[in-house]
Amino acid sequence: MIKRATFGGVALPYALLLPQIAITLIFFFWPAGEALFQAVHVQDALGLKTRFVWFENFERVFSDGYYLASLRITAVFTLASCLLAMGFALLLAVMADRVIRGAGAYKTLLIWPYAVAPALAGVLWGFMFNPTIGVVAHALDAVGIKWNYYVDGDQALFLVTIAAAWKYVSYSFIFFLAGLQSIPRSVIEAAAIDGAGPTKRFWTIVFPLLSPTTFFLLVLNLVHLFFESFGIVHALTQGGPGRATEILVFRVWSDGYRGQDYGGSAAQSVVLMAIVIALTVIQFRYVERKVHY
Amino acid sequence: MATIDLVQVRKTYANGVDAVKGIDLAVADGELIVLLGPSGCGKSTLLRMVAGLETITGGEVRIDGARVNDKEPAARDIAMVFQNYALYPHMRVYDNMAYGLRNRRMPKAEIDRRVRAAAETLGLAELLDRRPRQLSGGQRQRVAMGRAIVREPKAFLFDEPLSNLDAKLRGQVRVEIKRLQRRLATTSLYVTHDQVEAMTLADRLVVMNQGAAEQIGTPDEVYSRPASLFVAGFIGSPAMNIVEGALEPGGARVRLGGADGPALALDGPRGAAAGRALKVGIRPEHLVASSNGPLALAIELVENLGADALLYGRVPGGAALVARADGGAPHKAGETLRLDVAPRHVHLFDAASGRRLDG
Repeated sequence: MIKRATFGGVALPYALLLPQIAITLIFFFWPAGEALFQAVHVQDALGLKTRFVWFENFERVFSDGYYLASLRITAVFTLASCLLAMGFALLLAVMADRVIRGAGAYKTLLIWPYAVAPALAGVLWGFMFNPTIGVVAHALDAVGIKWNYYVDGDQALFLVTIAAAWKYVSYSFIFFLAGLQSIPRSVIEAAAIDGAGPTKRFWTIVFPLLSPTTFFLLVLNLVHLFFESFGIVHALTQGGPGRATEILVFRVWSDGYRGQDYGGSAAQSVVLMAIVIALTVIQFRYVERKVHY
Repeated sequence: MATIDLVQVRKTYANGVDAVKGIDLAVADGELIVLLGPSGCGKSTLLRMVAGLETITGGEVRIDGARVNDKEPAARDIAMVFQNYALYPHMRVYDNMAYGLRNRRMPKAEIDRRVRAAAETLGLAELLDRRPRQLSGGQRQRVAMGRAIVREPKAFLFDEPLSNLDAKLRGQVRVEIKRLQRRLATTSLYVTHDQVEAMTLADRLVVMNQGAAEQIGTPDEVYSRPASLFVAGFIGSPAMNIVEGALEPGGARVRLGGADGPALALDGPRGAAAGRALKVGIRPEHLVASSNGPLALAIELVENLGADALLYGRVPGGAALVARADGGAPHKAGETLRLDVAPRHVHLFDAASGRRLDG
């Protein structure tokens, strides 16, 4: 039985919805609309005249070899960060779930990274991995690895990937831990009696039962990584060296603000939006059905 | 097919709480033993120690004579039915039952044969492709049973398996469990707080209180010769009357309540208990109307339950008693009814220790 609150008139419910609608309109639909508008226009250098150009901006974007490279970089970066963050978060959650003493302290500490702003996270990792003064760079040097992400594109991509992953570990950790704790203990015990060792129990019972959580985190982390990793890239590498870490969202910004190409930048952000919407739809349409038991 | 022996089994938690204080029990092959007690008495802890889900902090658990204290649950060859059934929600009924067999690397054909046989026995054949959430409570319970029987284990452990079912279904499943256990003749330990379940299922029952076994015996022994005040009060519905009493000189009769209370004959002299503070226990159903009985019950309240009626009142000397009468009997509050009780139904307990005093 579902209990519904009922209102006498229509004024009150709409008034109650207004703040949320206002926020969505102002901070989402307006900018999104603006982006759509700009994506099909070009401006002159002084921003005085705007001309409607149909899909010229998109054509330009897709014929740009750097843009296609950026797509590939984004895919690698997003998938790697997402898997790294979720894998590590799951590992931590499984371990934290077993801790009996001081569990609260562990959990609190593990949640902290999420409170760190992306730009700050970038700076922190930048310090640690700084080729000249960074502790990690020093340690790597000691074991014979030449570390300089200022010149090595692969190293730079690796660095932004782990920096971004680090930030999302906390978030995923909380959800995984909650998911683990909602699995009835007796189910695990029944599996133990049924002759499954700890590893087998994890893969045949715990992991499948966590799949709704995993799915939810996958959607959320991918969307976040697509949009919010701008700060990390901006603080760490500025898209370099030689565009090696130029992910889509960074490119949108750099083409728009540095290159003053508003039309091209807007077209790219529309593409980015479309990718995220498509991903989300695919995930909910096809994956969700398989994960709910 | 196995015996289970508990030798001074103890459980002390890290915070010093003694959950189980040294239980001795020898379960014969094929026997169904019920562990009965109020919540928090340690009965589930004891069962979980036999299962290997709880470490044993003292004493020994032996299955078929072999010490299993340090063995993993899987290595003890037992099967357990949990209160919430603990089915694997993401697996079909078939896979729920097959899981334990697959983990033991049994050949596929044999797994299939066993699962289908168990499903046939339990009436689950039509449901093998369903998932647990598509089943009713009673069906889930049967799947949990099925998961236990396909393993053909040495022993079944039941942890309050009926308490999530509604009252009607509970009675029905209880009979099914009993029938199944008799047919398979698998040694079983069964935990419950429900005395009806305990009395109807048990070959022998262990009445537990605060981590100790108050009495171990057949349902009949526990009912007719309760070993302690706790057992006397816990078994039987309505509960046994327990009143203060004192032995008459010679020890062959006991006086209820104060000096002017009625005296009842005992089934043997209790000379040894002379001078001690006593409690007298009499079951309501053993108080029978008798025109020259020694107990003159001044009825204060009548509860008519249909088949029978409960008469609440007092006898001279102040002792409050409940008597059970036929439902149709014309008793009213304010009347006085003379009652008698057979000497063998008068139970004496030491008020200080709570233990039964026999002749």
